[in-house]
Amino acid sequence: MDDVIIARWSPYVVGAGIGILSWVAFLLSNRPIGCSTAYVRSSGMIEKVFRGKKATQKAYYQEFTPTVDWEWMLVVGIVIGAFISSVLSGHFQVQWVPSKWAEVMGSAVSIRWVVALVGGIVMGFGARWAGGCTSGHGISGALQLAVSSWLVFLCLFISGIITAHVLFAGWGG
Amino acid sequence: MLKNVHSRKGLQLVLGLFIGIAFGFLLQKGGVTNYNIIIGQLLLIDFTVVKVMLTAVLVGMIGIYGLRSLGLVILHPKPGSLGASVVGGLIFGVGFGLLGYCPGTVAGAVGQGSLDALFGGVVGMLLGTGLFAAMYPMLNRSILQRGSFGTLTLPELSRVHAWVIVIPLAGALLFILLMLERAGF
Repeated sequence: MDDVIIARWSPYVVGAGIGILSWVAFLLSNRPIGCSTAYVRSSGMIEKVFRGKKATQKAYYQEFTPTVDWEWMLVVGIVIGAFISSVLSGHFQVQWVPSKWAEVMGSAVSIRWVVALVGGIVMGFGARWAGGCTSGHGISGALQLAVSSWLVFLCLFISGIITAHVLFAGWGG
Repeated sequence: MLKNVHSRKGLQLVLGLFIGIAFGFLLQKGGVTNYNIIIGQLLLIDFTVVKVMLTAVLVGMIGIYGLRSLGLVILHPKPGSLGASVVGGLIFGVGFGLLGYCPGTVAGAVGQGSLDALFGGVVGMLLGTGLFAAMYPMLNRSILQRGSFGTLTLPELSRVHAWVIVIPLAGALLFILLMLERAGF
């Protein structure tokens, strides 16, 4: 039982666990693990509240209907699983500004919020543009040896590395 | 194939939830729901994210191709094109670098109490994916289909049996992980 309260597990144990979890997803649900469609479905659900049927007529929402599906439940599960894990290890912490950010960019909530919001918008847009994210392409697609996924994997890391360096070097001086 | 399990909708939603709980638990235990760890990877000072991902790909690949050889699973490779995969990946990376979480880990970060992940990341992603949905017809006409190669996989591309790619790639991934350890990351 001690293992569940240890804060960090070896990245190899965690990686192997995620790999095995992908077998389970393929076997029992006939689908790969992915996350980003949950957000566009939710966005469609919100739009449906304000605009009704007009929203669901959009071509993209015909393809990704604004409904709760397997992947949507998976993302809800991630929130719950991380909550359980962090509570068990005593690392649940309500926090606005991560320490690594604060070291360089300062501890102002407003700045962190605005950059995170812009980052979220760009990432959400890019995830649907690329047809998947770090899980759907980076793990599930890569392990199936999909050409699209290896391309996305490489491109998102290259551009993420450049962006992080520019942000930290440029801002932090 | 467990077709009778796959076709039960209610059961599938429950399975999605439980697989998600296990996934979120593992991500949090791996430290990759932490901004510090993810931005450390992008700044190339902490290689936890790469270790987790490459190990997941290594273990996942061997298992999925093994199960496929046994006729228990079918593959679901995503279609791609230069316009969608390269440009989309590059845009994604800019957001990833600014936010410091990806779409899966941002949900895990919310679960461990990170408000920047909730009010910045999740809210931003709802806006960004909604914006994409609005622009989709125009983007699909102009750029998303450019240089399309469909659901091509590496074995199909190189016209060899899948295991001819799987085994050397597994060796290469192991080698990269060993080198990372030896280099002290």
